[in-house]
Amino acid sequence: MKLLLTGSRVIDPSQKMDAVADVLLENGKITQIAPDLAKTLDSKSSGKIKTIDLASMIVVPGLIDMHTHLREPGLEYKETIASGSAAAVAGGFTSVACMPNSSPINDNRSITEFIKRKAAEAALANVYPIGAISKDSAGSQLTEFWDLKEAGIVALSDDGKPVMDAALMRRALEYAFSLGLPVISHCEDINLSGGGLINEGFYSTILGLRGIPSIAEEAMVARDILIAEFTKTSVHIAHVSTAGSVRLIREAKKRDLPITAETAPHYFTLTDESMQSYDTNFKVNPPLRSPDDLAAIKEGLADGTLDAIACDHAPHGRTDKEVEFEYAACGISGLETSLSLSLQLIHDGVLALPELIAKMSTNPARILNLSKGTLKAGSDGDITVIDPQLKWTVDVKAFCSRGKNSPFHGRQMQGRAVLTIVGGDIKFALPSLKL
Amino acid sequence: MKFEKKDILGMKDLSVDEINLILETAESFLEISTREIKKVPTLRGKSVINLFYEASTRTRTSFEIAGKRLSADTINISASTSSVVKGETLIDTARNLEAMNPDVIVIRHSAAGAPHMLAKLLRQSIINAGDGAHEHPTQALLDMMTIKEKKGRVAGLKVAIVGDIMHSRVARSNIYGLSKMGAKIVLAGPATMLPRNIEQMGVKVHSKLEDAIVDADVVMMLRIQLERQNQSIFPSLREYSQHYCLNRTNIKLAKKDVIVMHPGPINRGVEISPDIADDPSCSVILDQVNNGVAVRMALLYLLTGGNE
Repeated sequence: MKLLLTGSRVIDPSQKMDAVADVLLENGKITQIAPDLAKTLDSKSSGKIKTIDLASMIVVPGLIDMHTHLREPGLEYKETIASGSAAAVAGGFTSVACMPNSSPINDNRSITEFIKRKAAEAALANVYPIGAISKDSAGSQLTEFWDLKEAGIVALSDDGKPVMDAALMRRALEYAFSLGLPVISHCEDINLSGGGLINEGFYSTILGLRGIPSIAEEAMVARDILIAEFTKTSVHIAHVSTAGSVRLIREAKKRDLPITAETAPHYFTLTDESMQSYDTNFKVNPPLRSPDDLAAIKEGLADGTLDAIACDHAPHGRTDKEVEFEYAACGISGLETSLSLSLQLIHDGVLALPELIAKMSTNPARILNLSKGTLKAGSDGDITVIDPQLKWTVDVKAFCSRGKNSPFHGRQMQGRAVLTIVGGDIKFALPSLKL
Repeated sequence: MKFEKKDILGMKDLSVDEINLILETAESFLEISTREIKKVPTLRGKSVINLFYEASTRTRTSFEIAGKRLSADTINISASTSSVVKGETLIDTARNLEAMNPDVIVIRHSAAGAPHMLAKLLRQSIINAGDGAHEHPTQALLDMMTIKEKKGRVAGLKVAIVGDIMHSRVARSNIYGLSKMGAKIVLAGPATMLPRNIEQMGVKVHSKLEDAIVDADVVMMLRIQLERQNQSIFPSLREYSQHYCLNRTNIKLAKKDVIVMHPGPINRGVEISPDIADDPSCSVILDQVNNGVAVRMALLYLLTGGNE
């Protein structure tokens, strides 16, 4: 099976490419990428090639979401590996890395193998499990990193249960670094966040909702940078939400420390002003912050402080969200809106398209040591095709994800993925795209 | 003037005209409670459900008496635990009550925003009888009625609110309500009890009680919740009462004709000394309770279309 994508703008940050070109896929791999490839191929081997005309579209290396929750095993009413994979490809993601907070937690080989088996059965997106740092993510005893790595994890994290014990975090960074496993840190000092519900500021004050101070995040970002520097290891900071965190990471990078960081689309799209409706779909952790924080996140994306955009896909069932605000679960079902919200950064002039694609594909691949995020000849045939102009309206009822919890329901968007190719096979195509 | 609001969720949402209408209506109802037969047929055939998820004596009784004096049928539901613990969601409970077709649901809940959730969902009028640390609009209205009764006006008065502002829905509702009516509001409390950016609500903030009550026309003392002592919000009741208790000495800093208010229940000797609380020349604490019934009668009346 050969697939030829013709006439589109091709952006590949891994080889600093931004040009009109044709892309040929054979046997699941990208084999050729050149202008007017169609003409040369026509003369040799036409007939066997399926050609898709993608004029006015953008072809990029398959997008990678490095912070996703697929909920299986155990919480299938929120999401399954199959429904989450479907949501991924519908949102333009060819690969996702899934956090270990299933039930049970992915803290041992058998869970990792289960996730990989389910992902293979779903056969949509590439699914890369992330293993827990500590057993049951309880923060006291390290998991078997070596065993987990052999089973197929690509990184370690205790996800939403931050490692409060600094000594344990030190050991985790040291042990993981020696194995070449990245550690992803959810930075939240839970004594400082203290059962808080929204960003601590004017809105928490007037709404009478307990506040989560920005320092709850920043104190742990600072701690983890210090530990990584002292132990000569690296750490990846998850879902950066505050101006102070951006500043700390920027300073660390200036000193050439191997710190990487991601933010999520809602942190550069929404602020805590949205909480006034008490709509639980806006409840996330870390919480939506102030306009100053939002501006700092955009600056951090623009100057390279923030390496990646990851949507922190957190699907929930209705029963988790249709309750009093303080009892509601945190999170946004984000895979199917992440790219479109991020494309707004292009419309707003915050990032150029190649920079955005780097943050959604090439950089996550680099951070997770995946041989992905590139269109170089010989690499896996993972490709996302984006229509940058297409206008559409978010409708949670149309989500492939079981999680319909999105504060973006009804929002007008410009640009989206129209075709998602994984391993040379078309896994998602917008019906309006003529194939 | 017709009252257009479906619900009473907070002082934030009420206009000056609406507040005036509520207060005028309440004033006209005051007299009913002094009659020998304290009942009028105005709301005969209407039903009011008091859905209380938090303990309450004063507010619940006040709503019940208000309903009964207007001949409404009042039903009290006390849920000792939150809906989550009980197993039925708040929404399901509310939908079941809605199906029984009451006219007004009065709700008190420990979770801020709970009444707002019901208001969006149900066709009935919702009255917020206190939601978490958010709002307690009927308390603010009865406070305002009491201030008007004693001072003849609200505009231009200096009102000091002292204590645990952080956890106080009474403080928030009064800040919204009294500022709308033109009062000048000053807060005082230890820094740990002053929520972040509170000055953006248009109030002045002091850390010492003495600084806040200078020349005050009204001093409103807030209840210290004794269990907060364990949350490191203040070191001890002993220390708190030495610095934040309104007493014979520090009250001299306020205007001579100052009135002292408290939403109750009071901790005698903690935030207010017993002789101040019981001094009829300044304490209006029981007038507040009396006016509370009238304010709640007015709200039930206006929400059920009584003045149309």
